[in-house]
Amino acid sequence: MGINTNRTKLDTGNNACAEAVKLAAPDIIAAYPITPQTSVSEKLASYVDEGVLHARYIPVESEHSAISAVAAASAAGARTFTATSSQGILYMNEILHYTAGGRLPVVLVNVNRAINAPWCLYVDHQDSASQRDTGWLQLYAGDNQEIHDYVLLAYRTAEEAMIPTMVCYDGFLLSHSMLPYEPIEEEIARKYLPDRDPDWCLHPAYGRKTFAQVTPAFEYSEFRKRLAQESALALDVIKDRGAELDALTGHNVCSHVKPYRNEDADYLIVSMGSMGVEAEMSADILRNQGIKAGSLRVRTFRPFPAETFVELIPEGTSVIVLDRNYAYGTGGGIILQELKEALYGRKVSVRIAGTSIGVGGMELPAQHMADTVKDVILSAWNDKI
Amino acid sequence: MNKFDTNKSRNDSYFPLAVPVKGAGGLTGSWRTHRPVLDHDKCVGCDICWLYCPDGVIARGTQKIDYDYCKGCGVCEKECPTNAIRMETEE
Repeated sequence: MGINTNRTKLDTGNNACAEAVKLAAPDIIAAYPITPQTSVSEKLASYVDEGVLHARYIPVESEHSAISAVAAASAAGARTFTATSSQGILYMNEILHYTAGGRLPVVLVNVNRAINAPWCLYVDHQDSASQRDTGWLQLYAGDNQEIHDYVLLAYRTAEEAMIPTMVCYDGFLLSHSMLPYEPIEEEIARKYLPDRDPDWCLHPAYGRKTFAQVTPAFEYSEFRKRLAQESALALDVIKDRGAELDALTGHNVCSHVKPYRNEDADYLIVSMGSMGVEAEMSADILRNQGIKAGSLRVRTFRPFPAETFVELIPEGTSVIVLDRNYAYGTGGGIILQELKEALYGRKVSVRIAGTSIGVGGMELPAQHMADTVKDVILSAWNDKI
Repeated sequence: MNKFDTNKSRNDSYFPLAVPVKGAGGLTGSWRTHRPVLDHDKCVGCDICWLYCPDGVIARGTQKIDYDYCKGCGVCEKECPTNAIRMETEE
Protein backbone atom coordinates (compact mmCIF):
# COMPACT_ATOMS: atom_id res chain seq x y z
CA MET A 1 0.00 0.00 0.00
CA GLY A 2 2.70 2.44 -0.92
CA ILE A 3 0.39 4.31 -3.23
CA ASN A 4 -0.78 7.64 -1.87
CA THR A 5 -0.68 10.49 -4.33
CA ASN A 6 -3.01 13.27 -5.31
CA ARG A 7 -4.19 11.04 -8.15
CA THR A 8 -5.39 8.31 -5.79
CA LYS A 9 -9.05 7.39 -6.17
CA LEU A 10 -11.36 5.48 -3.90
CA ASP A 11 -13.42 3.02 -5.91
CA THR A 12 -14.70 -0.53 -6.20
CA GLY A 13 -12.72 -3.30 -7.87
CA ASN A 14 -15.27 -3.47 -10.68
CA ASN A 15 -14.94 0.24 -11.40
CA ALA A 16 -11.14 0.06 -11.22
CA CYS A 17 -11.38 -2.77 -13.74
CA ALA A 18 -13.76 -0.91 -16.07
CA GLU A 19 -11.52 2.15 -15.92
CA ALA A 20 -8.57 0.02 -17.09
CA VAL A 21 -10.62 -1.57 -19.87
CA LYS A 22 -11.47 1.95 -21.04
CA LEU A 23 -7.73 2.69 -21.18
CA ALA A 24 -7.16 -0.48 -23.21
CA ALA A 25 -9.78 0.76 -25.70
CA PRO A 26 -11.18 -2.54 -26.97
CA ASP A 27 -13.03 -2.53 -30.30
CA ILE A 28 -15.60 -5.12 -29.25
CA ILE A 29 -17.14 -5.85 -25.85
CA ALA A 30 -19.62 -8.70 -25.52
CA ALA A 31 -21.21 -9.63 -22.21
CA TYR A 32 -24.23 -11.40 -20.83
CA PRO A 33 -25.96 -8.65 -18.85
CA ILE A 34 -27.87 -10.75 -16.29
CA THR A 35 -26.72 -12.59 -13.16
CA PRO A 36 -24.01 -13.84 -12.52
CA GLN A 37 -22.70 -10.75 -14.31
CA THR A 38 -21.15 -7.94 -12.27
CA SER A 39 -21.12 -4.17 -12.52
CA VAL A 40 -17.98 -4.29 -14.73
CA SER A 41 -20.10 -4.81 -17.84
CA GLU A 42 -22.65 -2.27 -16.63
CA LYS A 43 -19.97 0.39 -16.19
CA LEU A 44 -18.53 -0.36 -19.62
CA ALA A 45 -22.00 -0.15 -21.19
CA SER A 46 -22.39 3.34 -19.74
CA TYR A 47 -18.92 4.36 -21.01
CA VAL A 48 -19.97 3.29 -24.51
CA ASP A 49 -23.32 5.06 -24.12
CA GLU A 50 -21.61 8.28 -22.97
CA GLY A 51 -19.24 8.09 -25.92
CA VAL A 52 -16.08 8.01 -23.80
CA LEU A 53 -15.31 4.47 -25.00
CA HIS A 54 -15.56 3.88 -28.74
CA ALA A 55 -16.31 0.18 -28.68
CA ARG A 56 -19.12 -1.85 -30.14
CA TYR A 57 -21.00 -3.31 -27.20
CA ILE A 58 -22.90 -6.54 -27.84
CA PRO A 59 -25.31 -7.61 -25.08
CA VAL A 60 -25.69 -11.31 -25.80
CA GLU A 61 -28.07 -14.02 -24.62
CA SER A 62 -25.54 -16.15 -22.73
CA GLU A 63 -21.93 -16.37 -21.58
CA HIS A 64 -21.35 -19.02 -24.24
CA SER A 65 -22.39 -16.42 -26.82
CA ALA A 66 -20.34 -13.68 -25.14
CA ILE A 67 -17.08 -15.60 -25.42
CA SER A 68 -18.03 -16.82 -28.91
CA ALA A 69 -18.61 -13.24 -30.05
CA VAL A 70 -15.30 -11.94 -28.71
CA ALA A 71 -13.42 -14.98 -30.04
CA ALA A 72 -14.78 -14.33 -33.53
CA ALA A 73 -14.09 -10.59 -33.28
CA SER A 74 -10.56 -11.35 -32.09
CA ALA A 75 -10.06 -13.63 -35.10
CA ALA A 76 -11.13 -10.71 -37.28
CA GLY A 77 -8.35 -8.60 -35.75
CA ALA A 78 -10.25 -6.69 -33.05
CA ARG A 79 -9.17 -6.05 -29.48
CA THR A 80 -11.88 -7.61 -27.35
CA PHE A 81 -13.18 -7.80 -23.80
CA THR A 82 -15.68 -9.83 -21.86
CA ALA A 83 -16.43 -10.26 -18.17
CA THR A 84 -18.16 -12.96 -16.20
CA SER A 85 -18.29 -14.79 -12.90
CA SER A 86 -19.13 -18.13 -11.28
CA GLN A 87 -21.57 -20.21 -13.41
CA GLY A 88 -20.91 -17.84 -16.30
CA ILE A 89 -17.30 -18.93 -16.78
CA LEU A 90 -18.36 -22.55 -16.49
CA TYR A 91 -20.85 -22.01 -19.29
CA MET A 92 -17.99 -20.50 -21.36
CA ASN A 93 -15.82 -23.58 -20.89
CA GLU A 94 -16.19 -25.02 -24.39
CA ILE A 95 -15.18 -21.78 -26.09
CA LEU A 96 -12.40 -21.09 -23.57
CA HIS A 97 -10.64 -24.15 -25.02
CA TYR A 98 -11.47 -22.97 -28.53
CA THR A 99 -10.09 -19.47 -27.89
CA ALA A 100 -6.78 -20.76 -26.57
CA GLY A 101 -6.46 -23.35 -29.34
CA GLY A 102 -7.21 -20.64 -31.89
CA ARG A 103 -4.47 -18.44 -30.38
CA LEU A 104 -6.92 -15.56 -29.98
CA PRO A 105 -5.72 -12.82 -27.58
CA VAL A 106 -9.05 -12.28 -25.83
CA VAL A 107 -8.99 -10.66 -22.39
CA LEU A 108 -11.59 -11.85 -19.91
CA VAL A 109 -12.24 -10.67 -16.38
CA ASN A 110 -13.60 -13.24 -13.97
CA VAL A 111 -14.99 -12.11 -10.65
CA ASN A 112 -14.35 -15.11 -8.42
CA ARG A 113 -17.49 -16.50 -6.88
CA ALA A 114 -18.58 -19.92 -5.63
CA ILE A 115 -20.26 -22.39 -7.99
CA ASN A 116 -23.45 -24.44 -7.70
CA ALA A 117 -24.70 -26.65 -6.06
CA PRO A 118 -25.78 -25.57 -3.56
CA TRP A 119 -26.42 -22.09 -4.85
CA CYS A 120 -24.05 -19.55 -3.34
CA LEU A 121 -23.17 -15.97 -4.19
CA TYR A 122 -19.92 -15.35 -2.40
CA VAL A 123 -16.20 -15.53 -3.05
CA ASP A 124 -14.08 -18.55 -3.76
CA HIS A 125 -11.72 -19.58 -6.54
CA GLN A 126 -13.35 -22.78 -7.79
CA ASP A 127 -14.86 -21.13 -10.88
CA SER A 128 -11.67 -19.97 -12.62
CA ALA A 129 -9.18 -22.31 -10.93
CA SER A 130 -11.15 -25.23 -12.36
CA GLN A 131 -10.55 -23.71 -15.84
CA ARG A 132 -6.84 -24.37 -15.25
CA ASP A 133 -6.33 -26.64 -18.25
CA THR A 134 -8.15 -24.58 -20.88
CA GLY A 135 -4.83 -23.10 -22.07
CA TRP A 136 -5.63 -19.58 -20.82
CA LEU A 137 -3.18 -17.51 -18.83
CA GLN A 138 -4.57 -16.48 -15.43
CA LEU A 139 -3.59 -13.55 -13.22
CA TYR A 140 -5.09 -13.11 -9.73
CA ALA A 141 -5.29 -9.65 -8.19
CA GLY A 142 -5.06 -9.07 -4.45
CA ASP A 143 -6.36 -5.49 -4.34
CA ASN A 144 -7.99 -2.92 -6.60
CA GLN A 145 -4.69 -1.47 -7.81
CA GLU A 146 -3.65 -4.88 -9.06
CA ILE A 147 -7.03 -5.35 -10.78
CA HIS A 148 -6.56 -2.05 -12.60
CA ASP A 149 -2.96 -2.70 -13.64
CA TYR A 150 -3.40 -6.39 -14.52
CA VAL A 151 -6.04 -5.57 -17.15
CA LEU A 152 -3.42 -3.68 -19.18
CA LEU A 153 -0.80 -6.33 -18.43
CA ALA A 154 -3.26 -8.98 -19.65
CA TYR A 155 -3.73 -7.23 -23.01
CA ARG A 156 0.01 -6.79 -23.57
CA THR A 157 0.68 -10.40 -22.63
CA ALA A 158 -2.19 -11.89 -24.62
CA GLU A 159 -1.35 -9.97 -27.79
CA GLU A 160 2.35 -10.79 -27.58
CA ALA A 161 2.01 -14.45 -26.64
CA MET A 162 -1.19 -14.88 -28.70
CA ILE A 163 -2.75 -16.70 -25.79
CA PRO A 164 -6.00 -15.48 -24.18
CA THR A 165 -5.58 -14.08 -20.70
CA MET A 166 -7.87 -13.94 -17.70
CA VAL A 167 -7.75 -11.44 -14.85
CA CYS A 168 -9.41 -12.87 -11.75
CA TYR A 169 -10.35 -11.14 -8.51
CA ASP A 170 -12.42 -11.85 -5.45
CA GLY A 171 -16.16 -11.34 -5.64
CA PHE A 172 -17.54 -8.75 -3.22
CA LEU A 173 -14.32 -8.54 -1.16
CA LEU A 174 -12.72 -6.66 -4.06
CA SER A 175 -15.37 -6.42 -6.79
CA HIS A 176 -17.81 -4.41 -4.67
CA SER A 177 -15.48 -2.99 -2.01
CA MET A 178 -13.97 0.46 -2.25
CA LEU A 179 -10.20 0.60 -1.94
CA PRO A 180 -7.74 3.33 -2.86
CA TYR A 181 -5.97 2.92 -6.20
CA GLU A 182 -4.10 5.17 -8.57
CA PRO A 183 -5.50 5.09 -12.13
CA ILE A 184 -2.90 4.76 -14.86
CA GLU A 185 -2.55 7.95 -16.87
CA GLU A 186 -3.95 7.78 -20.37
CA GLU A 187 -0.65 8.71 -22.08
CA ILE A 188 1.14 5.97 -20.16
CA ALA A 189 -1.54 3.46 -21.09
CA ARG A 190 -1.35 4.46 -24.78
CA LYS A 191 2.42 4.13 -24.71
CA TYR A 192 2.32 0.77 -22.95
CA LEU A 193 -0.55 -0.62 -25.00
CA PRO A 194 -0.83 0.79 -28.52
CA ASP A 195 -3.64 -0.35 -30.84
CA ARG A 196 -3.61 -4.03 -31.65
CA ASP A 197 -1.51 -4.88 -34.68
CA PRO A 198 -2.46 -8.46 -35.52
CA ASP A 199 -0.08 -10.79 -37.36
CA TRP A 200 -3.05 -12.08 -39.32
CA CYS A 201 -6.80 -11.87 -39.30
CA LEU A 202 -9.78 -13.66 -40.74
CA HIS A 203 -10.42 -11.26 -43.59
CA PRO A 204 -11.18 -11.77 -47.31
CA ALA A 205 -7.99 -9.91 -48.23
CA TYR A 206 -5.97 -12.51 -46.39
CA GLY A 207 -7.35 -15.35 -48.50
CA ARG A 208 -8.34 -17.66 -45.68
CA LYS A 209 -12.01 -18.46 -45.48
CA THR A 210 -12.63 -20.55 -42.41
CA PHE A 211 -11.27 -21.18 -38.96
CA ALA A 212 -10.31 -24.46 -37.30
CA GLN A 213 -11.23 -26.99 -39.98
CA VAL A 214 -11.37 -30.71 -39.25
CA THR A 215 -7.64 -31.23 -38.76
CA PRO A 216 -5.64 -34.42 -39.23
CA ALA A 217 -3.93 -35.85 -36.15
CA PHE A 218 -0.40 -34.71 -36.99
CA GLU A 219 -1.30 -31.07 -37.63
CA TYR A 220 -3.64 -31.05 -34.63
CA SER A 221 -0.97 -32.40 -32.32
CA GLU A 222 1.48 -29.77 -33.62
CA PHE A 223 -0.98 -26.97 -32.79
CA ARG A 224 -1.57 -28.30 -29.32
CA LYS A 225 2.11 -28.95 -28.63
CA ARG A 226 2.91 -25.38 -29.59
CA LEU A 227 0.20 -24.04 -27.28
CA ALA A 228 1.57 -26.15 -24.43
CA GLN A 229 5.14 -24.99 -25.01
CA GLU A 230 4.28 -21.34 -25.51
CA SER A 231 1.91 -21.09 -22.58
CA ALA A 232 4.82 -22.20 -20.39
CA LEU A 233 7.09 -19.63 -22.09
CA ALA A 234 4.45 -16.96 -21.45
CA LEU A 235 5.80 -16.72 -17.89
CA ASP A 236 8.62 -14.61 -19.31
CA VAL A 237 6.19 -12.42 -21.23
CA ILE A 238 4.13 -11.75 -18.09
CA LYS A 239 7.30 -11.03 -16.11
CA ASP A 240 8.89 -8.70 -18.67
CA ARG A 241 5.73 -6.80 -19.57
CA GLY A 242 4.84 -6.55 -15.87
CA ALA A 243 8.23 -5.04 -15.12
CA GLU A 244 7.73 -2.62 -18.00
CA LEU A 245 4.33 -1.56 -16.65
CA ASP A 246 5.66 -1.14 -13.13
CA ALA A 247 8.49 1.03 -14.44
CA LEU A 248 6.00 3.28 -16.23
CA THR A 249 3.51 3.55 -13.36
CA GLY A 250 5.76 3.23 -10.32
CA HIS A 251 3.11 0.97 -8.79
CA ASN A 252 5.31 -2.09 -8.26
CA VAL A 253 2.43 -4.59 -8.31
CA CYS A 254 3.54 -6.95 -11.09
CA SER A 255 5.36 -10.15 -10.16
CA HIS A 256 4.52 -13.83 -10.34
CA VAL A 257 4.56 -14.14 -6.56
CA LYS A 258 4.30 -11.48 -3.86
CA PRO A 259 6.66 -12.38 -0.99
CA TYR A 260 6.28 -11.05 2.54
CA ARG A 261 8.74 -11.57 5.45
CA ASN A 262 9.95 -14.71 3.71
CA GLU A 263 13.74 -14.32 4.06
CA ASP A 264 14.12 -15.78 7.54
CA ALA A 265 10.80 -17.66 7.76
CA ASP A 266 10.48 -21.21 9.05
CA TYR A 267 6.87 -21.41 7.84
CA LEU A 268 5.60 -19.94 4.59
CA ILE A 269 1.89 -19.43 3.92
CA VAL A 270 0.98 -19.76 0.23
CA SER A 271 -2.39 -18.42 -0.92
CA MET A 272 -4.03 -16.45 -3.72
CA GLY A 273 -6.26 -13.40 -4.15
CA SER A 274 -7.27 -11.02 -1.37
CA MET A 275 -6.77 -13.74 1.27
CA GLY A 276 -3.08 -13.54 0.38
CA VAL A 277 -3.07 -9.93 1.56
CA GLU A 278 -4.74 -11.08 4.78
CA ALA A 279 -2.12 -13.85 5.06
CA GLU A 280 0.56 -11.19 5.52
CA MET A 281 -1.24 -10.03 8.66
CA SER A 282 -1.54 -13.65 9.76
CA ALA A 283 2.23 -13.96 9.39
CA ASP A 284 2.64 -10.92 11.66
CA ILE A 285 0.30 -12.49 14.25
CA LEU A 286 2.26 -15.76 14.14
CA ARG A 287 5.56 -13.91 14.52
CA ASN A 288 4.17 -12.16 17.62
CA GLN A 289 3.53 -15.66 18.96
CA GLY A 290 7.14 -16.68 18.31
CA ILE A 291 6.48 -18.58 15.07
CA LYS A 292 8.69 -17.28 12.24
CA ALA A 293 6.10 -17.08 9.46
CA GLY A 294 6.03 -15.39 6.09
CA SER A 295 3.72 -15.28 3.10
CA LEU A 296 3.95 -16.00 -0.63
CA ARG A 297 0.93 -14.81 -2.60
CA VAL A 298 0.26 -16.30 -6.03
CA ARG A 299 -0.35 -13.58 -8.63
CA THR A 300 0.36 -15.63 -11.76
CA PHE A 301 -1.53 -18.91 -11.48
CA ARG A 302 -1.41 -19.97 -15.14
CA PRO A 303 1.29 -20.71 -16.18
CA PHE A 304 2.32 -21.75 -12.69
CA PRO A 305 5.53 -19.92 -11.69
CA ALA A 306 7.36 -23.01 -10.50
CA GLU A 307 10.87 -21.54 -10.82
CA THR A 308 9.87 -18.49 -8.77
CA PHE A 309 8.69 -20.76 -5.96
CA VAL A 310 11.87 -22.81 -6.17
CA GLU A 311 13.81 -19.56 -5.66
CA LEU A 312 11.58 -18.21 -2.89
CA ILE A 313 11.29 -21.39 -0.81
CA PRO A 314 14.67 -22.29 0.75
CA GLU A 315 15.57 -25.80 1.89
CA GLY A 316 14.40 -26.51 5.41
CA THR A 317 11.24 -24.39 5.28
CA SER A 318 7.74 -25.70 5.77
CA VAL A 319 4.98 -24.55 3.45
CA ILE A 320 1.32 -24.25 4.38
CA VAL A 321 -0.95 -23.83 1.36
CA LEU A 322 -4.34 -22.25 2.00
CA ASP A 323 -6.60 -22.85 -0.99
CA ARG A 324 -9.91 -21.13 -1.55
CA ASN A 325 -10.96 -24.09 -3.71
CA TYR A 326 -10.89 -27.87 -3.80
CA ALA A 327 -9.00 -30.32 -5.99
CA TYR A 328 -11.63 -32.99 -5.49
CA GLY A 329 -10.30 -36.46 -4.90
CA THR A 330 -6.97 -35.27 -3.51
CA GLY A 331 -7.92 -34.10 -0.03
CA GLY A 332 -6.52 -30.62 -0.70
CA GLY A 333 -6.78 -27.65 -2.98
CA ILE A 334 -5.52 -26.87 -6.46
CA ILE A 335 -2.54 -24.69 -5.47
CA LEU A 336 -1.39 -27.39 -3.06
CA GLN A 337 -1.23 -29.81 -5.99
CA GLU A 338 0.52 -27.26 -8.21
CA LEU A 339 3.13 -26.41 -5.61
CA LYS A 340 3.91 -30.02 -4.82
CA GLU A 341 4.41 -30.62 -8.52
CA ALA A 342 6.63 -27.54 -8.79
CA LEU A 343 8.90 -28.53 -5.90
CA TYR A 344 9.02 -32.30 -6.42
CA GLY A 345 12.57 -33.34 -7.15
CA ARG A 346 13.78 -29.75 -6.70
CA LYS A 347 13.89 -29.63 -2.87
CA VAL A 348 14.88 -32.36 -0.46
CA SER A 349 13.92 -30.85 2.90
CA VAL A 350 10.85 -28.73 2.19
CA ARG A 351 7.62 -29.96 3.77
CA ILE A 352 4.28 -29.06 2.18
CA ALA A 353 0.81 -29.38 3.66
CA GLY A 354 -2.38 -27.45 3.23
CA THR A 355 -6.09 -27.14 3.58
CA SER A 356 -9.04 -25.54 1.84
CA ILE A 357 -10.62 -22.62 3.66
CA GLY A 358 -12.79 -19.60 2.95
CA VAL A 359 -14.89 -21.45 0.38
CA GLY A 360 -18.30 -19.96 -0.40
CA GLY A 361 -17.37 -16.62 1.09
CA MET A 362 -16.51 -17.85 4.59
CA GLU A 363 -14.81 -14.92 6.24
CA LEU A 364 -11.08 -15.19 6.76
CA PRO A 365 -9.92 -12.72 9.39
CA ALA A 366 -6.14 -12.74 9.89
CA GLN A 367 -6.50 -14.31 13.33
CA HIS A 368 -8.56 -17.19 11.96
CA MET A 369 -6.03 -17.79 9.20
CA ALA A 370 -3.19 -17.76 11.73
CA ASP A 371 -5.08 -20.35 13.81
CA THR A 372 -5.67 -22.46 10.69
CA VAL A 373 -1.95 -22.35 9.87
CA LYS A 374 -1.18 -23.61 13.37
CA ASP A 375 -3.77 -26.38 12.98
CA VAL A 376 -2.09 -27.52 9.77
CA ILE A 377 1.37 -27.41 11.36
CA LEU A 378 0.15 -29.56 14.26
CA SER A 379 -1.93 -32.03 12.29
CA ALA A 380 0.53 -32.48 9.41
CA TRP A 381 3.83 -32.49 11.28
CA ASN A 382 3.08 -32.26 15.01
CA ASP A 383 5.78 -29.58 15.38
CA LYS A 384 6.31 -28.02 18.81
CA ILE A 385 4.93 -24.51 18.30
CA MET B 1 14.42 -11.61 -25.55
CA ASN B 2 11.88 -14.36 -25.50
CA LYS B 3 10.71 -16.61 -28.28
CA PHE B 4 7.59 -14.57 -28.94
CA ASP B 5 9.49 -11.66 -30.41
CA THR B 6 9.89 -13.16 -33.82
CA ASN B 7 6.99 -12.76 -36.19
CA LYS B 8 8.70 -15.19 -38.54
CA SER B 9 7.40 -18.11 -36.52
CA ARG B 10 3.91 -16.78 -37.08
CA ASN B 11 3.46 -17.85 -40.65
CA ASP B 12 0.23 -19.20 -42.10
CA SER B 13 0.50 -22.49 -40.30
CA TYR B 14 0.77 -20.85 -36.87
CA PHE B 15 -2.98 -20.23 -36.68
CA PRO B 16 -5.74 -22.73 -37.43
CA LEU B 17 -6.89 -20.87 -40.53
CA ALA B 18 -8.13 -22.82 -43.48
CA VAL B 19 -9.79 -22.96 -46.84
CA PRO B 20 -12.18 -25.81 -47.71
CA VAL B 21 -9.89 -28.78 -48.30
CA LYS B 22 -9.87 -32.52 -47.88
CA GLY B 23 -8.87 -32.48 -44.22
CA ALA B 24 -9.54 -35.26 -41.76
CA GLY B 25 -13.19 -34.97 -42.76
CA GLY B 26 -12.60 -35.73 -46.46
CA LEU B 27 -15.21 -34.35 -48.83
CA THR B 28 -17.56 -32.96 -46.20
CA GLY B 29 -20.27 -32.45 -48.80
CA SER B 30 -21.12 -36.13 -48.26
CA TRP B 31 -22.42 -35.18 -44.79
CA ARG B 32 -25.23 -33.18 -46.38
CA THR B 33 -28.88 -34.21 -46.09
CA HIS B 34 -30.20 -30.97 -47.62
CA ARG B 35 -28.63 -29.05 -50.47
CA PRO B 36 -28.85 -25.27 -50.86
CA VAL B 37 -30.04 -24.33 -54.31
CA LEU B 38 -29.67 -20.75 -55.53
CA ASP B 39 -32.41 -19.16 -57.65
CA HIS B 40 -30.46 -16.71 -59.84
CA ASP B 41 -33.63 -14.81 -60.75
CA LYS B 42 -34.24 -13.88 -57.11
CA CYS B 43 -30.56 -13.37 -56.20
CA VAL B 44 -29.51 -9.71 -56.02
CA GLY B 45 -25.81 -10.49 -55.54
CA CYS B 46 -25.56 -8.99 -52.05
CA ASP B 47 -23.03 -11.67 -50.96
CA ILE B 48 -24.62 -12.08 -47.53
CA CYS B 49 -24.56 -15.87 -48.08
CA TRP B 50 -20.81 -15.66 -48.74
CA LEU B 51 -20.34 -13.65 -45.56
CA TYR B 52 -22.35 -15.99 -43.35
CA CYS B 53 -21.26 -19.36 -44.75
CA PRO B 54 -19.37 -20.93 -41.80
CA ASP B 55 -17.33 -23.17 -44.10
CA GLY B 56 -16.43 -20.61 -46.75
CA VAL B 57 -17.88 -22.69 -49.60
CA ILE B 58 -19.78 -19.88 -51.34
CA ALA B 59 -17.76 -17.78 -53.79
CA ARG B 60 -17.78 -14.02 -53.41
CA GLY B 61 -19.34 -12.25 -56.39
CA THR B 62 -20.67 -15.32 -58.19
CA GLN B 63 -22.32 -17.00 -55.18
CA LYS B 64 -21.24 -20.33 -56.64
CA ILE B 65 -21.67 -23.05 -54.03
CA ASP B 66 -18.92 -25.66 -53.68
CA TYR B 67 -20.95 -28.82 -53.14
CA ASP B 68 -17.79 -30.85 -52.46
CA TYR B 69 -17.55 -29.19 -49.06
CA CYS B 70 -20.98 -27.68 -48.32
CA LYS B 71 -22.34 -29.58 -45.28
CA GLY B 72 -25.89 -28.36 -45.86
CA CYS B 73 -26.28 -26.43 -42.61
CA GLY B 74 -28.82 -24.03 -44.10
CA VAL B 75 -27.40 -20.80 -42.68
CA CYS B 76 -27.37 -19.29 -46.19
CA GLU B 77 -31.06 -20.06 -46.68
CA LYS B 78 -31.86 -18.48 -43.33
CA GLU B 79 -29.83 -15.32 -43.97
CA CYS B 80 -30.70 -14.68 -47.64
CA PRO B 81 -32.76 -11.46 -47.67
CA THR B 82 -34.55 -12.29 -50.95
CA ASN B 83 -35.25 -15.98 -50.23
CA ALA B 84 -33.17 -16.89 -53.25
CA ILE B 85 -31.70 -19.96 -51.54
CA ARG B 86 -33.86 -23.00 -50.89
CA MET B 87 -32.83 -26.20 -49.11
CA GLU B 88 -33.75 -29.28 -51.12
CA THR B 89 -33.65 -32.80 -49.76
CA GLU B 90 -30.70 -34.80 -51.11
CA GLU B 91 -31.62 -37.89 -53.08
